[in-house]
Amino acid sequence: MVINSRFFNRSELIGFIVLAAVLFVILPLSLDVFRLNLVAKYLTYAFVALGLVLCWGYGGILSLGQGVFFGLGGYCMAMFLKLEASSVENTKIQSTPGIPDFMDWNQITSLPLFWQPFHSLTFTILAIILVPGIFALIIGTAMFKRRVGGTYFAIITQAVAAILTILIVGQQGYTGGINGMTDLRTLKGWDIRPDHAKVILYFVEVVLLFACIGIAQFIRLTKLGRILVAMREQEDRVRFSGYSVANFKIFAFCMAAVFAAIGGAMFALNVGFMSPSFVGIVPSIEMVIYTAVGGRMSIFGAIWGAILVNFAKTSLSESFPQLWLFGLGALFIAVVLAFPNGLSGLWADYVQPRIDRLFASRKKSDWKDNSVADGAPAE
Amino acid sequence: MSDEANKGLLSPLRRKLLMGMAALPAITMLPRASFAQAPATSAVNSTGLAVTDTEVTVGILHSATGTMAISETGSIEAEKLAIEQINAMGGVLGRKIKFIQEDGASDWPTFAEKAKKLLVNDKVAAIMGCWTSASRKAVLPVMEQYNGMLYYPTFYEGLEQSKNVIYTGQEATQQILAGLNWIAKEKGAKSFFFIGSDYIWPRTSNKIARKHVENVLKGKVVGEEYYPLGNTQFNSVINKIKLTKPDVIFTDVVGGSNVAFYKQLKAAGIDLSKQALLTISVTEDEIDGIGGENIAGAYACMKYFQSLDNPNNKTFVPAFKKMWGEKTVIGDVTQAAYLGPWLWKLTVEKAGSFDIDKIAAASPGIEFKGAPEGYVRIHENHHLWSKTRVGRAKLDGQFELIYETADLVEPDPFPKGYQ
Repeated sequence: MVINSRFFNRSELIGFIVLAAVLFVILPLSLDVFRLNLVAKYLTYAFVALGLVLCWGYGGILSLGQGVFFGLGGYCMAMFLKLEASSVENTKIQSTPGIPDFMDWNQITSLPLFWQPFHSLTFTILAIILVPGIFALIIGTAMFKRRVGGTYFAIITQAVAAILTILIVGQQGYTGGINGMTDLRTLKGWDIRPDHAKVILYFVEVVLLFACIGIAQFIRLTKLGRILVAMREQEDRVRFSGYSVANFKIFAFCMAAVFAAIGGAMFALNVGFMSPSFVGIVPSIEMVIYTAVGGRMSIFGAIWGAILVNFAKTSLSESFPQLWLFGLGALFIAVVLAFPNGLSGLWADYVQPRIDRLFASRKKSDWKDNSVADGAPAE
Repeated sequence: MSDEANKGLLSPLRRKLLMGMAALPAITMLPRASFAQAPATSAVNSTGLAVTDTEVTVGILHSATGTMAISETGSIEAEKLAIEQINAMGGVLGRKIKFIQEDGASDWPTFAEKAKKLLVNDKVAAIMGCWTSASRKAVLPVMEQYNGMLYYPTFYEGLEQSKNVIYTGQEATQQILAGLNWIAKEKGAKSFFFIGSDYIWPRTSNKIARKHVENVLKGKVVGEEYYPLGNTQFNSVINKIKLTKPDVIFTDVVGGSNVAFYKQLKAAGIDLSKQALLTISVTEDEIDGIGGENIAGAYACMKYFQSLDNPNNKTFVPAFKKMWGEKTVIGDVTQAAYLGPWLWKLTVEKAGSFDIDKIAAASPGIEFKGAPEGYVRIHENHHLWSKTRVGRAKLDGQFELIYETADLVEPDPFPKGYQ
């Protein structure tokens, strides 16, 4: 039997079990609700990191604008929640009750047309997937069909992130401006703020994350995944073999956008607001850093990267409020210099061989055999 | 004359005496505090806050890093000074104040996360914090959900009132109306040009200012322009100013943009000693960056200036400089931040409890006579009664007090006729 035909090979299976155990059992049992909610926040970035593994790690397309899609997903969700929180009853002190508070402050007297459909949850869920997906399709088509790639593509995605931030901040009557959309309260009448809701939302998010992991792993294992890798290594050869390179790139970029958008929507639900500070250049680059720290070639590595970097951010800033940014910077430099393949590279180099040896020794009772390489046929 | 001189001699003396007398009970309280004198913890803390027999924990939540750090550092310093002074006097209900400082990192979601951490994890009895409206808006739902108490120092746009917040800065009408009245009367101003940064505070402030100019002063607004935060190109608006020749330029440009704005005004040949300019966004802190020579002659509408000549301020300024260095300047918000811990202490003592609900209920009517800006009082709507003052910027970066309202101005966060 050939291991490659399985959905996960052995090392991935271990990664899957460890992650599932930690997220489903260990963390919920060991953390209080406040910390668990923080983990939920970290995990929203894990969606983005997952998308970047597909798009950057496998497809070789570095996007420095994932914040755009995270933001679009988050804003779609936030618009729905904000409308629900702005019922006439809740907003009776405003000059125009029934519209979001920031519109009232900006002298807008009726709900803008593009806000209307966000009264519907079904529309909102579709919009979370479709708006960023279609936006990525447009950018991707415009760029990849013209064979814009590499650094130029990265710069353009950054420009898009900057433009969207300026747009959101500038159109504050429609978007809440720099304040963002705050004070989100209920989802279809269900209060998202109390502790038990946070726990439920956490589990919903983890289930969604595993669904996305499944999709990413499926894409990786199909021929599509192999073409992505081939494209990264030798784009011209793939093109000469008759494949439309642009279409594959557009697909990878759109998938990454949709994953990021799901993360953004979960962020709005878990944290209770959305603001332009997740859309711009800085958060977009941070998202790439999570992936780099975890390991851009590894699905599980990138997810751990997102969790651990954010955890480090929280704990460093709690312990050293004045100095923590330096500590975080040093951590990044150290990781990139010492372990260019990120945490997953570290795992593959040091931990994995031991596990392999352990398995091998059980089967063969031979401690010295370490020839069972990853992906090699098993007996 | 001699009467005046006597008074001048007497008042510092009397103040020293009073201070000495005020310190007496504090001294006698100190050794006993840990034994029987301080009320039992169970009696003053029925909701599980971080209060022990000897200590009470509060949170300080400002940006120590990021773009806002330059503005918020003054607030952090003022709050630490107030806490140290309160502790030196014996603390609150016989308990020393211990503070946990968290960094909002100029990032609104981080503010919300840290506020939640302070309330849920650390169970702080109060939070002194936030600066920008955006950070307050992010923190507000957290304060209301977990029933915390926030002392918010910045002058802001109003349109808000919460059981869980005490606003120690001015809301928009307190800051703007008296200043506009003064400049209309003093300079006979009829035409105004508004320039602001593009976010909620300048927009709301200008909305109130426009209604006041048009409906009350019967003047005219000849221009209203907004620029994104951080903008540094003001040439086009300066040209418009030259064309429209307004009697008064009214500005609420914030942060680093100010530096470019005033330098370009000067470079364009607009002399602020001839062209009246009224700002509601420049304090001593900002002049540090703008440079006194670029802004000398401009009028600022605030409630506090470092140069205020009153006994409270004369002890406050040296104490602040002693703790934080000779070169520090004290702006309006820094002073308002200093009020936070004091108002909280007075409220706790009046309520006889650290419970948030009791503090919220006891807050209206709390008076603080030792405020550097002079006597202040908390209104039923949790804002402060305070005076409006107009100062003229001098070359050395300080303001010279030109005008102050005779009485305290009532806070009115939801002004009728201005919305």
